[in-house]
Amino acid sequence: MRSSTTRPGWRPGVPALTRIAGRTGVLVGSTLSTLFLLLTLTFVIGRLLPLDPVAAIVGDDADQSTYEQVERELGLDKPLPQQFVIFLGRMLTGDFGNALLTNQPVLDDIARLFPATLELATVAIIVGAGLGVPLGVTAAVNRGRWIDHVVRVISLLGYSTPIFWLALIGLIVFYAKLGWIGGAGRVDIYFVGLVPERTGLLLIDSLLAGDREVFVSAFRHIILPASVLGYAAIAYISRMTRSFMLEQLNQEYIIAARAKGVSRRQMIWRHAFKNIRVQVVTIVALSYGSLLEGAVLIETVFGWPGFGQYLTNALLIGDMNAVVACTLIVGCIFIGLNLLSDILYRVFDPRTR
Amino acid sequence: MSVHAWLTVETAQSEFHASLQRLYAGWRSLIRNPLGSAGLAVICLLILVAAFAPAIATHNPYQQDLTAPLLPPGGSHLLGTDELGRDIFSRLIYGSRITLMIVVLVSVIVAPIGLILGTVSGVMGGIVDIVIMRVTDLFLAFPSLILALAFVAALGPGLENAIVAIALTAWPPIARLARAETLTVRGSDYIAAVRLQGASTRRIILRHVVPMCIPSVVVRVTLNMAAIILTAAGLGFLGLGAQPPMAEWGAMVSTGRRYMLDSWWVVTMPGIAILVVSLAFNLFGDALRDVLDPRGE
Repeated sequence: MRSSTTRPGWRPGVPALTRIAGRTGVLVGSTLSTLFLLLTLTFVIGRLLPLDPVAAIVGDDADQSTYEQVERELGLDKPLPQQFVIFLGRMLTGDFGNALLTNQPVLDDIARLFPATLELATVAIIVGAGLGVPLGVTAAVNRGRWIDHVVRVISLLGYSTPIFWLALIGLIVFYAKLGWIGGAGRVDIYFVGLVPERTGLLLIDSLLAGDREVFVSAFRHIILPASVLGYAAIAYISRMTRSFMLEQLNQEYIIAARAKGVSRRQMIWRHAFKNIRVQVVTIVALSYGSLLEGAVLIETVFGWPGFGQYLTNALLIGDMNAVVACTLIVGCIFIGLNLLSDILYRVFDPRTR
Repeated sequence: MSVHAWLTVETAQSEFHASLQRLYAGWRSLIRNPLGSAGLAVICLLILVAAFAPAIATHNPYQQDLTAPLLPPGGSHLLGTDELGRDIFSRLIYGSRITLMIVVLVSVIVAPIGLILGTVSGVMGGIVDIVIMRVTDLFLAFPSLILALAFVAALGPGLENAIVAIALTAWPPIARLARAETLTVRGSDYIAAVRLQGASTRRIILRHVVPMCIPSVVVRVTLNMAAIILTAAGLGFLGLGAQPPMAEWGAMVSTGRRYMLDSWWVVTMPGIAILVVSLAFNLFGDALRDVLDPRGE
């Protein structure tokens, strides 16, 4: 009885396996219900369209019978609940329809373009976490000193800067004035299609093909967009890391470690940081998702042929099949990342067991 | 007795006196924070500029002068001219009205919605709570720009639709917060006392729970304003927010893009305006949080 009061969630007499299964069930249930809500939301967005989708296909001059035929084909003559069920069935089987712009299935388009965005976001998160975590730790350790204020300013500016503008300024300075980096696109134009596509990630493909020139060109093209995108992540990651770290540094075990004569370096990395690893990984996973948001703007600025640019083009011409599919996919990625961070917490943080 | 002495006297004479004193104390600790005061100053300046735009602007912001396109800063054009010879300084001045309008409208729509959803969810509990919070979580998990983009695509581009779309994506953090605040007061004795007196759930929510949530909601809304400005500018930049020839800052950056390699000022100036204003809201919001919500770090 004593342990049930000190450890909430611990129920006497229930075998461990059942407990884990029960908790997994709750997690699966909540994920599925979020997924269902997401589908409902995208259905609503698809139906908000003020344009008449039938008229958009048949044109204004079409006679009544053609109009009704297309309406039937699209399933728009059926009552809304039935339309919703049909929509659910199509989405769950991955049938998102064709895109207006390419006249290809939306799913094929996205599968083709996604590696470019994945590559951009991955380099960006390496920049963001690689700088953000050490900055956050340094700020916490030197709380109140000048370095703490510098980190705070960096992070505040990161929260306040319009990244599409920062990207343009970067292009003016590093591309037009200094000539240090490549301009628009993933690689210089005469290198396009030179290396065989294996992973879709150009940096890796060019390494696999052993083509140094293409790799350098790809690197020169990705570094600015990824850095700008990563900067937004630095703001969030460093701020969160700082507050996690401060919480640890105020604990008594740190004082005990200091009293035992543990070096400062060991105290920071072996003791305090070790305890916030899971939280940091969670934050990084979540900001990986929000990079997708920044990618929409950044890809537009850099002419990066990825998912974000595809979404922007679809938005501008009102291609709702593509918009709904993109929204749904981004939503699924977010649900997936949230689920992942939840699982990470449960697996690695003994306190949640 | 000076006003300062009256406002800091040990014992308040009346309820009104006491609340004035509390406001005054809050104000004093707010202006002691230099960064927060700087933010507040910029926000006040923004409001003044928006109010007196016609008097401050040196040119008509929509007046084209095709004989003087892309002039560099200096001379009669303080910040230069754009590709149609319009004065950038005057356009920035008038653009402050649009920015302010977006921020105010979105906040006015979002704050009551979030407050009501959050408090109702917290007080009622049960199935109502579960449903509202699931929906909130979904919106919260979504990157706000992408959701706003999807809504704008469905509603059609334009400033009004952009405002609606941003509002649709900005309420969840407020609802979450209001619910959390509600949960901390729900079990307190004074709520139990009003309930025993026979107060209806509606009365409990509106008269006894909502007032407790207002300070933190105000902070949250202020901190949100920077994000609202950036989202609106992003929508304008993508061509889905305010439409040309409107002097919206994001749209100005977007049209200046084509000329930026030779005429850097066309994109730089509006961007700086966005940065300064959103930084000001962030600084002020941070300071406000320290004053109103001392629990936070």
